[in-house]
Amino acid sequence: MSTADSRLAAVWERDAVKIGVLLAGIYLAYVLVGVVLDYGVRGQLNSIATLTFYVALFALLSLALNLHWGYTGMFNIGVVGFMAVGIYVMAVVSKAPATEAAAGSVGGLGLPLWVGVLAGTAAAGLLGLLVALPALRLRADYLAIVTVAMSEMVRFTFLSGTFQRFDVGGFVIGFGGGSGLLLDFGSPAQRLFEALFLGGVYDGFVGLIGSVIDNNPRPVADGLLYGLILLGAVGLYYVVLGRLGNSPFGRVLKAIREDEDAANALGKDTKAFKTKAFVLGCALMGLGGILWYMTSGAITPNTYRPRLTFFIWIALIIGGAGSNTGSVMGGALFAALLFQGPRFLQSVVNSLVDVDAPSTFGQALAPIGGAGDLAPLGFYVIDSVRQLQLIVMGLVLIFLMHRRPEGLLGHRKEPASSVQLDRRPDREPAYADGGETDE
Amino acid sequence: MSDEPPTETVAASAADAATTDTGETDDAAVSVEREPDLRDDDAPDPEEVPLQVEGLRKEFGGITAVADASFQVEAGTLTGLIGPNGAGKSTTFNCITGVHEPTAGAVTFRGEDITGLPSHTVANRGLVRTFQIAREFGEMTVLENLMLAPGSQRGESLWRSVLPFVRDDVVDQESELRERCWETLEFFEIDHLAHEFAGNLSGGQRKLLELARALLTEPDVLLLDEPFAGVNPSLEERLLEHVHELREDGYTFLIVEHDMDLIMDNCEHVVVMHQGSVLTEGPPETVRTDEDVIEAYLGGDV
Repeated sequence: MSTADSRLAAVWERDAVKIGVLLAGIYLAYVLVGVVLDYGVRGQLNSIATLTFYVALFALLSLALNLHWGYTGMFNIGVVGFMAVGIYVMAVVSKAPATEAAAGSVGGLGLPLWVGVLAGTAAAGLLGLLVALPALRLRADYLAIVTVAMSEMVRFTFLSGTFQRFDVGGFVIGFGGGSGLLLDFGSPAQRLFEALFLGGVYDGFVGLIGSVIDNNPRPVADGLLYGLILLGAVGLYYVVLGRLGNSPFGRVLKAIREDEDAANALGKDTKAFKTKAFVLGCALMGLGGILWYMTSGAITPNTYRPRLTFFIWIALIIGGAGSNTGSVMGGALFAALLFQGPRFLQSVVNSLVDVDAPSTFGQALAPIGGAGDLAPLGFYVIDSVRQLQLIVMGLVLIFLMHRRPEGLLGHRKEPASSVQLDRRPDREPAYADGGETDE
Repeated sequence: MSDEPPTETVAASAADAATTDTGETDDAAVSVEREPDLRDDDAPDPEEVPLQVEGLRKEFGGITAVADASFQVEAGTLTGLIGPNGAGKSTTFNCITGVHEPTAGAVTFRGEDITGLPSHTVANRGLVRTFQIAREFGEMTVLENLMLAPGSQRGESLWRSVLPFVRDDVVDQESELRERCWETLEFFEIDHLAHEFAGNLSGGQRKLLELARALLTEPDVLLLDEPFAGVNPSLEERLLEHVHELREDGYTFLIVEHDMDLIMDNCEHVVVMHQGSVLTEGPPETVRTDEDVIEAYLGGDV
């Protein structure tokens, strides 16, 4: 029994298993609710696609933020600014050129989608460099002020009429001002697959979905395939950042987080390390922003308010700053429970009971005083779940800060090295290493 | 200007003199006179005197922390820097290691001017310091703390640490490093703490860790800022043993310390600072009996 337990514990020790179990649990819960509600195949698939979308994106973005905050201790609360720059630059590069017919509209350069993705990512990195040069001399809280100010500057720049529309070398481009930009890419999933010469796979998948769903399978297939692309991106981020963290480079970043002066005194050019880590993290945030909004059909500047930054911070704090595995788990948990969960709950309740929500809080409270009827209040709560969601997030954050500031995996020993540091290799009998490789 | 260099350039930099020396015969005649001066006071053999501080001055606003400090540290010695609180020892230290930029004066290390260079550059040249209050990387294991220290690791480059194949080099180098770190841990007898978070160590163990970490950067000269402060007598004994052992291996030490007796018993050369200036320097025996030192530092009690 005890050996079985310890074997189970050993399996659980593996990070991939932790993430897998968590994801399996989340998906199972969503599917079960779907079954209970009799969603049907189409509804189930859509629900899974939406869940995957948010799980993957929050995992991506908290991984990128983890490089800044968890590893290097750089207090970046301007995440959303880098995301916005990523998607806007990508849109301008990849949108179809404006035609004569639609004279009022803003076009783009009409380059392939993947070029736009690269350009947007690079632009976010470049903005990171621009911010890093003056700001990385600053200590934690001052850097925070600079970054949050930067993210608002980005939003106001995209809002401003000055950059709404201009001509560059015969192209009518611009950021569209307050009315935003129309993203006329068709299906990004399709175009990304085609860019990878996997157009056939895409068509095949649409056909497969078509065999399950009667009419119009394309949107469902798009959603699922896009989810797959996102999960692939999470894998890529996880591997790249994992290698980065588990190396002498990552070790210096951790040392900077712990005590920058001491790292300096040991001959590490901490400013150079910080700049590199900051720029890379910003580029990854830009890519995250692209992946998030590429499918949204249109973008407007006011989507990119600081609130989004704090969502990502909460995800990272839940998972535990400093751990990549924790970041992924935190992203998944945040997306499933705090971000998508309440909306899901709302639709569950809506489909189970006929919600007749009172229009004001007063009307919701009055029946309690009168006949002790709690139903109107309950309906009211369900109806305003999107607003209450923020309160719940705030409460979770307060609770975590009090009870478990290190999150799920934050305080774990994860020695940063490309070689094993948690036991002495030459002193251990051979089986300690051999056992694993034999399996 | 160039016709009358004696009055002008004596006070100016030695580099100036060197260039004019080779150039014009007129000046060469003058510099022959000057050359012995330079050799004796300003440019001793960098092999024998790796560290040299010349007229160092540091002002913070209206306060002059270091007024005029000049001293040198000879190779393979244990040099002590003592003085009462506020004498400017730590500021001197910070100016040498690039934490502060001196207001005036020069720091020469192995024949090169390192005045005002950033601290990581100074450290990479082979002049490494420890801190008065041990500054371990708390949320990193002891072994990780040590692995950080060695300079110019391949895996410190971003792309090398990520890309496949090139990363194999990083792994190889790290395996070697790990071995060296274990040896260092054993030397300092803290190998049983290797996997502990450095933040969980006791004060004395942190001091050992800091010394071990500084050593792994392969320095020529080690500057220890009060390495024995807050260390119990038996650990102090051990630390001293290590320091002596290392000195015999060829390391050079400059130690800032409050404890007069400790410095007198262990150092070959003692520099006494008082109110921002060097009061006196010399072997412990002469310093111990120096009237000024007794007056200023010990209040005439000893």
